[in-house]
Amino acid sequence: MGMSTQVVPTQIAATFASMSARRLLIFGGIALIAGGMLFGDIFAVFVLHQNGGQTGQTLLAATEAVRAGNSLAVKQIFEHLGGLLEDHGTKLDAHVHMTDAGYLAILLALIQPYVALPQRRKKLLAGWFVSGGLFLPVGIFLIHYVGLACSPFASIGWASVLADTAGAVLIVVLIAEAWGLWRFLRNSSNTSEPALPADRTWERRTLMGGGVVLVLLGFLYGAWYAGFDLYRHEAREVGILKTMLDRATAGQGGTVVAVADYRSLAAEKAVKIAAHSHLIEFGLLAMLLSFVQPYVQLSDTWKRRWVLVLLIGSNVLPVFVLLELNLGLLAGGIADVGGLLVIVGLMGMLVGVLRYSGSLDAISGAPR
Amino acid sequence: MSGARKLLVFGGISLAVFGMLYGLHYAIFVEHQTLDRMGGSLAQAFVRAAEGNVPELDRAVDKYASTKYNYVRQVDVHSHWIGLAMLMIVLGVALDGAALEERLQTWIAVALLTGSLVFPLGVMLQTISHGAFWASMLAILGSGLVTVSLAVLAWGFIRRTT
Repeated sequence: MGMSTQVVPTQIAATFASMSARRLLIFGGIALIAGGMLFGDIFAVFVLHQNGGQTGQTLLAATEAVRAGNSLAVKQIFEHLGGLLEDHGTKLDAHVHMTDAGYLAILLALIQPYVALPQRRKKLLAGWFVSGGLFLPVGIFLIHYVGLACSPFASIGWASVLADTAGAVLIVVLIAEAWGLWRFLRNSSNTSEPALPADRTWERRTLMGGGVVLVLLGFLYGAWYAGFDLYRHEAREVGILKTMLDRATAGQGGTVVAVADYRSLAAEKAVKIAAHSHLIEFGLLAMLLSFVQPYVQLSDTWKRRWVLVLLIGSNVLPVFVLLELNLGLLAGGIADVGGLLVIVGLMGMLVGVLRYSGSLDAISGAPR
Repeated sequence: MSGARKLLVFGGISLAVFGMLYGLHYAIFVEHQTLDRMGGSLAQAFVRAAEGNVPELDRAVDKYASTKYNYVRQVDVHSHWIGLAMLMIVLGVALDGAALEERLQTWIAVALLTGSLVFPLGVMLQTISHGAFWASMLAILGSGLVTVSLAVLAWGFIRRTT
């Protein structure tokens, strides 16, 4: 990686002061997004398919219990099914909440010039937000494992308490930031730091334009899904369930095929919704990262490489997630590589921001 | 700060707060009951099947389908309002980087705000009257406004000239 010979411009440096709220939110935001994506990749490889397989087996066992006329066994099997769904749901939620907290952190970094609050309070709020963004997904992840162990509550475990407390911290910070924005709106001269630099470099234009195009593609695909797939899927689900249960009740064969159909429909819905949401989330990520580019201290060549790596990964993941329906695990593997490319691009940019802050602190003599 | 940027940033924040409050209300007063009803009716369908009670089985499956129809859309409404609000805030901060005339920027901001409000509203109204044509039309109109605005903005951001 070539050393950048650029001199740190004073105007940009003023927007990235040592240990400022904005610096904390940008570092914390990128780290949360990268952590959330890494967790999502691990979840996709090691948990998602295995969990889907177990859910299918459990549903098959439920139809066998129906065929045997054993309603007690059906109830027990559904309790087990609830546990499997909780395992899947909490992991998915941990992934989504960690990346979304990261997006919000960078979003808050962008609006800091319009938050009319004292610097110390802004720094404190930023610290709380990043901590809340970390503990919320950790709490959600632990819900399935901790359960109600040692809990004084009837239905809420300690992991839920951790997640809810972290969520409450995030809401408090957002309300305080909204209060700061309200103060700015009432008196726009009440600004506490300079606005972000408004340059139009290749990196910024590519990330912003590419990001909007990704969001647009995600939007169009979502509209297609809502128009042509959503109602068809809903009708198919009811049809499969009735066929599955009618055959089991009549003691006929074919329940295995019906359960396989149900799993196939669930997979089709999951990949189509994942493609839609990932296109939009990566688009938003690219747009947010375009604002961070003035703080990435790398040579122009490397800055452009990381931008391209991130945008290529952002396209590869949703496209190959969709192709999983036709190509199976091969497409799933390529989609995971796409996710990894996004993480690599993010980490490359984070290294650039760390170098920038290091050189800025060295010039100003600020304590580390 | 131009009028278009103000509209996007503060409109986005208002929409995000509204979307969060809607989600909070839904989570506290509706979601748990809905999830219980959804899981309960599916389990009920299997139990009725084990008992050989086909009419009750069909009723339970229909109840599951109807509850899930509402649940999917209500969750979508909440997440789309917040997602669109975040998009509006980012676009509001970035709007100066779009090589577009100020008048066009204002029109885009108005279209984005209207579309972001109306699209999830149309989806929500579908839960009041299942499959209602006017509710679907409202959702299509809203999403159309957002799509066209985004396409114009993408062109503005990619253009080299200011």
